[in-house]
Amino acid sequence: MTRSFEIPGGAADSLRLRRRRALTLTCLGDGANVSMLIYSAENPLDRLNIPDTLKAQMSARVTAPMVLMSDMGRALASVTGSSLDWHDAVTGHGLDAHVEQRHGPSSYAAHGNDWRRSARAGLLDELWKHGLGARDLHAGVNWFTKVGPAGDERGSLAFVPGHAVAGDWVTLRAEQDLLVVLSTSPHPLDPAENWQPAAVRVTVEEVAAPGGGDPSRTFRAESARALAVTERSLL
Amino acid sequence: MTKAELLFDLTVAAGDGWIGEVPVGGSFRITDLEGNQAVDTLFYDARDYTNRYSAVDTIREQGAVYLTTGSVLRTVNGDALATIVDDTCGRHDTIGGACSQESNVVRYGEHTRHQHACRATFLRQAIGWGRGLDKRDLTHNVNFFMNVPLTPEGGLTFQDGVSAPGKYVELRAERDLLVLVSNCPQLNNPCNGYNPTPIQLTGWAAP
Repeated sequence: MTRSFEIPGGAADSLRLRRRRALTLTCLGDGANVSMLIYSAENPLDRLNIPDTLKAQMSARVTAPMVLMSDMGRALASVTGSSLDWHDAVTGHGLDAHVEQRHGPSSYAAHGNDWRRSARAGLLDELWKHGLGARDLHAGVNWFTKVGPAGDERGSLAFVPGHAVAGDWVTLRAEQDLLVVLSTSPHPLDPAENWQPAAVRVTVEEVAAPGGGDPSRTFRAESARALAVTERSLL
Repeated sequence: MTKAELLFDLTVAAGDGWIGEVPVGGSFRITDLEGNQAVDTLFYDARDYTNRYSAVDTIREQGAVYLTTGSVLRTVNGDALATIVDDTCGRHDTIGGACSQESNVVRYGEHTRHQHACRATFLRQAIGWGRGLDKRDLTHNVNFFMNVPLTPEGGLTFQDGVSAPGKYVELRAERDLLVLVSNCPQLNNPCNGYNPTPIQLTGWAAP
């Protein structure tokens, strides 16, 4: 069974994603950004840990077939495929101050439901619904965004405009039951003058358990161990 | 010039930790006594622990990954916590996070599960502080004296430290700070030169 729905640009949402279901995000416009936080549904104290994910897989970006790892060494989700080879995970999401600085003040009273809400505002709105909040914020993934390293002495980073276009996609396979919290507000380094955040389509479908030859398992010994530890704990 | 009042000057043994406050305008120095020693450090606004250090907000606002003199360490709300005002090492990491027993299993195998790790020290110090700090408040830290170069192609590796005996980094507190330190016990990669050693922590009041 496949379920699919649309999230407009500049909005936030949250969903429970069961183990062995795949979530595909598809950009419905150019320049989309999806800032995502991920928690174990069973124990939200165990949340996505980007430093652990990156250092274990020797990568400064998120890309297929990497395994997204939790604070306690478990596989949360595997990136099973994507039309893009770079998703950002080191520059955080937008705060109210970023939105106001670039686009001016906005409110429901002034702009109705088209008011400009930062990723932080939307993510907190969703976290609070689940009994979580500011203490549960963590470094997330900015799907469809690339902030590339220059390779210089400072480790300078630069936002890459035009990285994602309409039709770009990424698929995550949940390796345990998850709480996924996301915002479609623009990345704070996106230089676009106009507030035109792109919508995304979310598609969820059931998928098979990863087999012995699954690309996320064979990617690296570290990826395989994170999957194995998780599978052993969920017999 | 009158010397600022010394608040503390102590040695933290290999694998041990420390938690304490540095007042606004005060200074905090970490000295790598024997060289190549990673010092995993978290900072909090001492008046509001949810306004805590954020590696990704710090990286984005300075437009660069490595920390050195001039780097402003920022909170999850974008507020300035501390500025690095002196740095004889030259480069510090904030992407690599802290080691934990569980991440050691993933990275090095089951045989490392019961080795001592930074996040055990963080937890022990946070709980011992006794003011409501717990695991929820532990986030992605600074690794002083650690070298984790990043390539334009998206590679990331832990390399041998760029530090040496006596190198230090000094920060100025931009608000009242709570500082949480783990003197890293990691034995499985070059971050401590495979030999964890003591560090010195020194704090001064505002001049």
